[in-house]
Amino acid sequence: MQALKEITEQALKAVEQAADLPALDQVRVQYLGKKGEITALLKTLGQMEPEARKAMGGAVNQAKQQVQQAIQARREALQQAELNARLENERIDVTLPGRGQHRGGLHPVTRTMERIIEIFSRIGFTVAEGPEIETDHYNFESLNFPPHHPARAMHDTFYFPDGRLLRTHTSPVQTRSMEKSEPPIRIIAPGRVYRSDSDQTHTPMFHQVEGLLVAEDVSFADLKGVLQQFVSAFFEQELEIRLRPSYFPFTEPSAEVDVRWDKGDGSEPGWLEVLGCGMVHPNVLKASGIDPERYIGYAFGLGVERFAMLRYGVTDLRAFFENDLRFLQSFQ
Amino acid sequence: MKFSEQWLRSWTNPALDTQALAEKLSLSGLEVDGIEPAAGAFRGVVVAEILSCERHPDADKLQVCQVSTGNETVQIVCGAPNARAGLKAPLAVVGAELPGDFRIKKARLRGVESFGMLCSARELGLSEDHAGLMELPADASVGEDLRAYLQLDDSIIDVDLTPNRADCLSIAGMAREVAAFTGSPLEPPAMQPVTVESDARFEVALQSPQDCPIYLGRVIEGLDLSAQTPLWMQERLRRSGIRAIAPAVDVTNYVMLELGQPLHAFDLDRLRGRINVRRARAGEELVLLDGKTVTLNEDYLLIADEEKPLAIAGIMGGEHSGVSEQTTRVFLECAWFRPASIMGKARDLGLHTESSHRYERGVDLQLQQQAIERATELLLAIAGGRAGPVVQALDESHVPRQAQVRLRKARLTRILGTELDAAEVEGIFDRLGFAPQADAEGWTVTAPSWRVDIAIEEDLVEEVARVHGYNQLPVRAPGGRLRMDTVSEHRVEDRVIRQLLVDLGYQECINYSFIPAKEVAALGHESLGIALANPLSEDMAVMRTSLLPGLMATLDANRKRQQERIRLFETGACFLRDAEEEQPLRLGMLLTGPAEPENWANDRRLADFFDLKGDVEALLSLSRGALDFAVPEQVEPWLHPGKSAHIIREGQVVGWLGALHPAYQQRWKIKGEVLAMEVDLAALRQTVPPKYQPISPYPSIRRDLALLVPQGIRWQTVEEEIWALAGETLRQVKIFDLYTGGNIEKGCTSIAIGLILQEDSRTLLDEDADRIIQQVVNGLQEKFHIQLRS
Repeated sequence: MQALKEITEQALKAVEQAADLPALDQVRVQYLGKKGEITALLKTLGQMEPEARKAMGGAVNQAKQQVQQAIQARREALQQAELNARLENERIDVTLPGRGQHRGGLHPVTRTMERIIEIFSRIGFTVAEGPEIETDHYNFESLNFPPHHPARAMHDTFYFPDGRLLRTHTSPVQTRSMEKSEPPIRIIAPGRVYRSDSDQTHTPMFHQVEGLLVAEDVSFADLKGVLQQFVSAFFEQELEIRLRPSYFPFTEPSAEVDVRWDKGDGSEPGWLEVLGCGMVHPNVLKASGIDPERYIGYAFGLGVERFAMLRYGVTDLRAFFENDLRFLQSFQ
Repeated sequence: MKFSEQWLRSWTNPALDTQALAEKLSLSGLEVDGIEPAAGAFRGVVVAEILSCERHPDADKLQVCQVSTGNETVQIVCGAPNARAGLKAPLAVVGAELPGDFRIKKARLRGVESFGMLCSARELGLSEDHAGLMELPADASVGEDLRAYLQLDDSIIDVDLTPNRADCLSIAGMAREVAAFTGSPLEPPAMQPVTVESDARFEVALQSPQDCPIYLGRVIEGLDLSAQTPLWMQERLRRSGIRAIAPAVDVTNYVMLELGQPLHAFDLDRLRGRINVRRARAGEELVLLDGKTVTLNEDYLLIADEEKPLAIAGIMGGEHSGVSEQTTRVFLECAWFRPASIMGKARDLGLHTESSHRYERGVDLQLQQQAIERATELLLAIAGGRAGPVVQALDESHVPRQAQVRLRKARLTRILGTELDAAEVEGIFDRLGFAPQADAEGWTVTAPSWRVDIAIEEDLVEEVARVHGYNQLPVRAPGGRLRMDTVSEHRVEDRVIRQLLVDLGYQECINYSFIPAKEVAALGHESLGIALANPLSEDMAVMRTSLLPGLMATLDANRKRQQERIRLFETGACFLRDAEEEQPLRLGMLLTGPAEPENWANDRRLADFFDLKGDVEALLSLSRGALDFAVPEQVEPWLHPGKSAHIIREGQVVGWLGALHPAYQQRWKIKGEVLAMEVDLAALRQTVPPKYQPISPYPSIRRDLALLVPQGIRWQTVEEEIWALAGETLRQVKIFDLYTGGNIEKGCTSIAIGLILQEDSRTLLDEDADRIIQQVVNGLQEKFHIQLRS
């Protein structure tokens, strides 16, 4: 009995001291293997009296179980430690940058144009396109600009020797769309336009988006409504707008639209002109074969660069066409 | 149109401050572009009189003046050349402040004390004139504060008038509008027709009455045109942006600004016979007042006498018949020219005058009598003289009728989206000087003679809306009958194409559509280039025939900004003379520099053809198989002949890609390989919806082969043959290694491929796979002498 107790203590101590799994296995073999010390004690039971054998048997089995449990516990601990060591060994610096490509980016003008298209397409406007080299007819005549009319002087026009021109606005798409389809017409026409003017606040090429709606039940109130909602949708905030009477040969009544704009510099918000609009002039409807008695239309046009500048805080118009990658990439 | 606020307020004076008045004008459709003070900020400047001048003892150019300020005489040292005894001029006394925070102190100039400064107009912020002291009239009251004397506490309001509002190109017109919008009474200054004191007359013949149906003329004799234009008139002219010159021209300008009617004064002694208002003859020449000689044709309307042209009607007078200081007899012209006869003519001559600006837009048809009387009155007051009778040449049959326009109540309501009270509508017309005649359906409206822009019903709708207030009209949220639009799967949206390229690491740029002619020539596109007739510069002379030059310019600019790894794309129109598709939309890409961004984990390999091709493959895959590559006999001249290909759709070339030809690249002095591509957007936009293909449930077998392919045989040829040889069991061909040199036979490339084989209805057996592979190996050997690598 005394021997059992000693052996058990030794065994438990050896388990505790086993430094790794092979050492632990040796301890197991030494005490619990076929020729192990505790196994040997079991073999001595056969020679004992039944009484003593019962008592001793219980004790040895208990000791065996105790050592087995200790070995199991130690094994788990050693396995855990080994895994921990491996994981520690595999540690990398996750703060290093990842491999692979960088994303590119859209030009801010495109980004702005796509947002404008998206906003209008959600209320049923579809995109229309037109040529950039235009005829005098579509750019001016069909839009109610008679030859030599002073309103033409407001458009510094690039001409070609054959009399055609670079469109000075996206409005020719109005006539082209109306010629091709029957009301109700709801189009949005984004595109490049050209004016022979180049300074701090003008580039010879820029972008406009034209909107046109022609239907039976349309009024100035609808025009006001759509512009009010658009401005708020685009800038993601409720913005107050106001309309000022103005003049475009192809709309009557005509208006310019101002938004109340907070420059964010602490100054009082002021009115800022952002787009032009009006009810389609009956001559324009007629030129496209639409009966102005039956149908009424509204149209509006806006400068994309202007909206991009306000939206993203760009202060120099010309930066849009210098294509400095450092500038462009700031819109990623 | 720039004008003095005081002048306007002398016609109508609403109870609004300057800002509120400007706001009112803007909201009525007369957009105020700017407001500036009529003079610089100064104080302490008085009207002074120089009593005596003496040479400064120690300075040649200075004079020592004794100057009266009304209550004392002070000593002033002055360098102005026109300082002289008896002159009245502005004096900034000690303690005065001049524009730019300039404080006048007692000073000592070369030893002589000076108690103030005599001022030029520029020093007071009144004009750019700095030639000498500002000369004040002899009757100026010495001692009076200059601001009060010149009424300088005034604003100059600049209104950006739209071309339809010719009626507002005058103080009278602005005042009418202000009165209509504010309700403030209109009180024009008293104007008296002069007494006719001479019977001198000069006849006028309307030889082109369709261009000029009304022409009033008057002879004024005994004038002294060396007289000074009064300061009040000079000041009003100055505040309208017009420099005072001499009495005759100042008066005609003044009346034009006041009433809106241009006038012209001729030196009567230069005229022969009579005035003929006629079209010019081709080749007729005239030296204009500005000294320029113009050659005219039948499109121009002339004021001529029996011998020669005198003036281009409505645009500018001639030098020969212009008045001078010596002129004593003047023929005053006041006419109405048809706008269409004047439109565009000044512009064609490179001119733009106050007169042409007004005639092109339309002058009030009933203004001529009043204007000629007003001008006579003012001229006589300045220069004395005797007026002859007004000679009127009139052709009634060519005088346009006053417009009568219908306005239907229903139409008004329909356009505005609200019904306005009939009384309000009539009240609006009344305020604007329109005469409405009401009936059951609406009104028949006669527009006043000055509203030449009113022609159709919608014009009246605008007038009503404008006065009612655009911002007081109702707002209706977008509505209408909904219609579902097709979301087509046969079209790739541009936005999707652009997004793919962005995700692949390309940055979009936008270049101008016009490029230098030499860039068009560098592409060999001389015959395709469409040149502008009036380019802004040589660098923007021809419409681009390709996106490549713009992309190259952007590359070049960014290289110079130390960017090394550049990936660009652009979408936009190109322009091709006489092409079937003249203005195709295209997509262009360009890449150069390291294949991957600089990183600790890569080897800084430079991008090559296959980097570009991989990205282009991703792009073309949007078309779901319709777009493919082809190797042409001859590539575009700007491409490397051995590193380029075409993009085709249904056998048609729709684009190209490749490394740039060294010779092309050399023009930009760019080192390192540059890869580029361009494709028609129309070809990329077409696609087809996906179609389900059944997936085999049986396992596949992969067999790898290393082929020794003799040079000159393209992979595409080999691959096509493999597909043909293997039959439908072959599902996929992969290249996993490419190798030359080493122990590979010279003139051969080792291509290691993996073939994936599979059946749809049974498990493919090893023996089957062996048999198929043998077929492939044998076939390749037979056709191309391709051996297996041992």
